[in-house]
Amino acid sequence: MCLGIPMQIRRIDGNVAEAALSGTTRPVYLDILGEEVRVGDYVIVHAGFAIHKIDEREAGETLDLFREAGILDLDSGTDHGVH
Amino acid sequence: MEYIDRYRDPESIERLVAQIRAISRKQAKLMEVCGTHTVTIGRNGIREILPRHISLISGPGCPVCVTPVEAIDRAVALAQKQDVTIATFGDLIRVPGSETTLLRQRGEGADIRIVYSAYDALHLAQEDGGRQVVFLGIGFETTAPTVAAVIRRAKETGVRNFAVLSMHKVLPPALMALVESPQLGIDGFICPGHVTTIIGIEPYETIADDFHVPCVVAGFEPLDVLEAVGLLVRQIEMGEARVEIQYRRGVSPDGNPKARAVMEEVFEPCDSVWRGFGLLPKSGLRISDSYADFDATRKYEIAPVNPREPEGCICGDILRGLRQPPDCPLFQTTCRPDSPVGACMVSSEGTCAAYYKYYRR
Repeated sequence: MCLGIPMQIRRIDGNVAEAALSGTTRPVYLDILGEEVRVGDYVIVHAGFAIHKIDEREAGETLDLFREAGILDLDSGTDHGVH
Repeated sequence: MEYIDRYRDPESIERLVAQIRAISRKQAKLMEVCGTHTVTIGRNGIREILPRHISLISGPGCPVCVTPVEAIDRAVALAQKQDVTIATFGDLIRVPGSETTLLRQRGEGADIRIVYSAYDALHLAQEDGGRQVVFLGIGFETTAPTVAAVIRRAKETGVRNFAVLSMHKVLPPALMALVESPQLGIDGFICPGHVTTIIGIEPYETIADDFHVPCVVAGFEPLDVLEAVGLLVRQIEMGEARVEIQYRRGVSPDGNPKARAVMEEVFEPCDSVWRGFGLLPKSGLRISDSYADFDATRKYEIAPVNPREPEGCICGDILRGLRQPPDCPLFQTTCRPDSPVGACMVSSEGTCAAYYKYYRR
């Protein structure tokens, strides 16, 4: 019920963005999003609304911590950006 | 988002479990309070790969499941009105009321539409001014601001044929009820990621500080949940009780103030009945006076209901973590996903549905 899907902003028109996930796009409302978003940003979408702008640096840092702790393979590449 | 795959890597999961095993000595009963966590734990067999003395139990994390019979009965009564179109998220339509379900009402001619967002319900009203649309507002703090934003938009744009039946609930009072329940003995909470995206970590501070129960806000991938378990176990072993955020890519410590502001403008706290818990003070959200025109309970005459719980169903105890689905005499005999008796079997996020899918014997 509180499911949130990460989607990428493709277009912004007022309070509505067009956001994409795995090739499909849908309208996403920006009414309750605190942060400014630009085309290319990732947001967590719940019930048609963006509720949080994903912090790519944080996403990467969590993986870095896993790596340091020996949980992630060190040779599995360092490319943990958002694509 | 390729990085998501890293959070599902089987070898990484094994290494993380090995680390938890290495530090874990004490018995630990950990409760998750989010339906999405319930599904992640079941689907990935997380209960089975952890040491025996770490038990994971499900709490009241599924909004559909904690919605009491009388709320469903009210929604059914609205659906039975000739001139009303009901718009609802799909999770709700199979939940049994005292006598019937919304799905059955639809079969008997009620106009019930499944929508993806509260905006879809508003658009239905805008497209046909002669139609009275009532949206069934259900969900915790993740969902309530989205519904509040739509109610505010309806007022701004002067839409008069749109209303909301608010069944929204807020999670912290239920968590407090759980930690105040001595028979349960929860050693740590796996806190819901997306509720915390909105409310921030402040509501958990009391649980950690005053009740000495550690809280870790977790993401939804298997590695997220396991890392949260590891952080909780570490705190338990050290005798600490703090609030930590494992899900840092999705949660800021202060949450989403803009979403909270909309929620607080349109809704106000009210006492609310939870399945299994009874009446919890200030645990619900009703539409505030300044938006009264959009409140279905004020707009429509809804006859008082006389709720009846299904015979033999123990959903209430399951939602409080006191019993597990296999303890229920109805589980997987008369109560199954294709013919649910209790609410926890209806939603795919319900504890009984997850046990049926992942732990059926």
